[in-house]
Amino acid sequence: MTTDSTTVNINSKGVSQNTYDAIVIGSGISGGWAAKELCELGLKTLVLERGRNVEHLKDYPTMNKDPWDFNHRGQMTKKFCEENPLITKAAGIGEDNAHFFIQDKDHPYVQEKPFDWIRGYQVGGKSIIWGRACQRWSNYEFTAPARFGYGLDWPIRYDDVAPWYSHVEKFIGVCGNKDGLESMPDGEFLPPFDLNCVEQHLQKKIREHYPDRFLVQSRWAHLTEPKDIHLQQGRGKCQARNLCMRGCPYGGYFSSNSSTLPWAQKTNNLTIRPFSVVHSIIYDEQKGKATGVRVIDSETKEVTEYFSRIIFVNASALNSNLILLNSTSNRFPNGLGNDSGVLGKYVAFHLYRGSASGDIEGFDDHYYYGRNPTDSILANFRNLKKKDTDFVGGYTTFAGAYRQRGKESAKDEEMGVNFKEALSVPGGWKVYMYMQGETIPKESNHVRLSTDAKDQWGIPLLVTSVGYDENDEKMVQDFLTESKAMLEKAGATNVHAHDNKQAPGLDIHEMGGVRMGNDPKTSMLNKWNQLHHCKNVFVTDGACMTSTGNQSPSILYMTLTARAANYAVAEMKKNNL
Amino acid sequence: MNRREALSATAVLLGGTIVGVQTFLSGCSSPKKNITPFGAEDIALLDEVAETILPETPDSPGAKAARLGEFMKVMVTDCYSSDEQKIFEAGIISLRAASNKMFNTDFLKLSSELKHDLISSLNKEAKATPENSPAHYFTMIKQLSVWGYFTSEPGATKAMRYVAVPGRFEGCVPYKEGEKAWAT
Repeated sequence: MTTDSTTVNINSKGVSQNTYDAIVIGSGISGGWAAKELCELGLKTLVLERGRNVEHLKDYPTMNKDPWDFNHRGQMTKKFCEENPLITKAAGIGEDNAHFFIQDKDHPYVQEKPFDWIRGYQVGGKSIIWGRACQRWSNYEFTAPARFGYGLDWPIRYDDVAPWYSHVEKFIGVCGNKDGLESMPDGEFLPPFDLNCVEQHLQKKIREHYPDRFLVQSRWAHLTEPKDIHLQQGRGKCQARNLCMRGCPYGGYFSSNSSTLPWAQKTNNLTIRPFSVVHSIIYDEQKGKATGVRVIDSETKEVTEYFSRIIFVNASALNSNLILLNSTSNRFPNGLGNDSGVLGKYVAFHLYRGSASGDIEGFDDHYYYGRNPTDSILANFRNLKKKDTDFVGGYTTFAGAYRQRGKESAKDEEMGVNFKEALSVPGGWKVYMYMQGETIPKESNHVRLSTDAKDQWGIPLLVTSVGYDENDEKMVQDFLTESKAMLEKAGATNVHAHDNKQAPGLDIHEMGGVRMGNDPKTSMLNKWNQLHHCKNVFVTDGACMTSTGNQSPSILYMTLTARAANYAVAEMKKNNL
Repeated sequence: MNRREALSATAVLLGGTIVGVQTFLSGCSSPKKNITPFGAEDIALLDEVAETILPETPDSPGAKAARLGEFMKVMVTDCYSSDEQKIFEAGIISLRAASNKMFNTDFLKLSSELKHDLISSLNKEAKATPENSPAHYFTMIKQLSVWGYFTSEPGATKAMRYVAVPGRFEGCVPYKEGEKAWAT
């Protein structure tokens, strides 16, 4: 038995014309990095992107608009909401950037348990609309699953990735302060954003009351002071507009579109093919390795095969699972490289359910200038050296403060001059916190292919069976208690801690299914993100994650990608691939 | 600050819940059905009501300059649920009727004192609406007026302060009583 698409008409323009040194599936935050590294190392690289092309600046239609330029002042219409109950839940989606998100009807999937799968299909993927937080993982996170017995051990440690974090940080530009925290290691930072006066107060009060908790300035992918390498990319200083998700006219934040892809393009080694839905990876039984990728043109439905010596899978965590599951052959009837049977299993995500906010008095003579596009970070303080709670894992807390628009006294005015004037000045300060918590990968939390339903390209739909567990519930409760206590100790009043009960997935940090590990019997990838059983295929997006940690994951995907790409090219030179 | 916080920065002043927006924030899904389009007289009436709520002052234009009648038409038509649309539509009729009943004349022809009196009575009526019952139409008009005005060019740039491209962020600057709020 071979894959079913060998029976359809394949438009073969000749193998040589469709042959590259490397193929990268996906152009998002990790695919862009694979492209950059491989092209710089001299490989003719084809990047396959299922969505349309989005060129930096040219395809950011709303980047310079003012609030009044939008008919609905940012709100989505009722019609759009009704047609898109899923995607309208995504954090930050609005009239100004909805064109960078998919629409529900185009990309169905099957939810065995509620799971909100947020996607952005275009060149650049979700890197245009990402959150931009860039904390490093600490060794605590790499070792916690094994130390506390709740998961498979990572095949790597902090020291393996530290130099690659530096490599990535220098290129993308990460602002931050060197705080010397073991739980959140320092990186190659550009100057940090200021804390505002209430955030400074919060930092001080937390320090006073909790010697082991550290609220620090944001570590975010913004050019607060561009260096030469950033100027060479054509990027400039962040202008503090906080309109990032529209695409930045200044290149002030990092995206594939503003940075890695144009950089790769400059080498003349890059070919990007948009509208390319990957059906499967082609495995050659004689050669014992993958030889290429089968692509369906999203518009014409024409099938084309592309060939290469190595393949990087960066299709986004769950889509990378889908592609491998759909890449079947005599050798791999259950999906490429899936001898262990763990493919699609141990999917996890980040807990984003808890938030807390309150009022804080006494700062009426302070304000700020400009719009800070970042939040400050309270490093994880749970289960670091030892297990000190009734749950495992930890959580990062994001925090911030802002001044409301309009005075409270406006509420007492019905209308007229006094009402208008009370609304025209700043009101009281608000402080807030929200959590980003680790969840525990479990065999039962999995994705698989539907046995009957297919998408418009004839590819089986993905079934998601991913839910919360008791550990998650305990962690949310702990966050609610602790965040409320911290805000109150800082002097906040009317503090409300809230569990929004949102479904998994809305965190947009889905991970795993193609996990790394030392043992091919229990994992899919080795310590170089190489499939144990098909060495010329590398998976370096969120699918590779052995555990979720509590730090924002994107920069780790970029880091693992750069590390794996350099390893792959070295292996090719040694003729091992 | 994320989008939810950005909207809630305004929501507080409007009594917590913005009609229509709340559905949007929680991911909306509700059955449709469009109402009859707003006529020119409706828009003129809404402009005048909004101007009474947010009048022209020495430093900034009023609601009419921000074309709030037109804004309300767009928002109610495109973003309100059919139930909310019905309340709003019936509200325009009620408002006209209230003017005729109280003063025996059309709202547009009232003196500014009488407009004020009528709006004041509607404001009280709206405030008295129990928390869990559907929003009062005047609450909708008032919310849309405030939201539309302060996101309009005259509202954002004259009644508040707006800098499209700040160029930098300074976390802690002195604030003197009376200085305008940042519009965004």
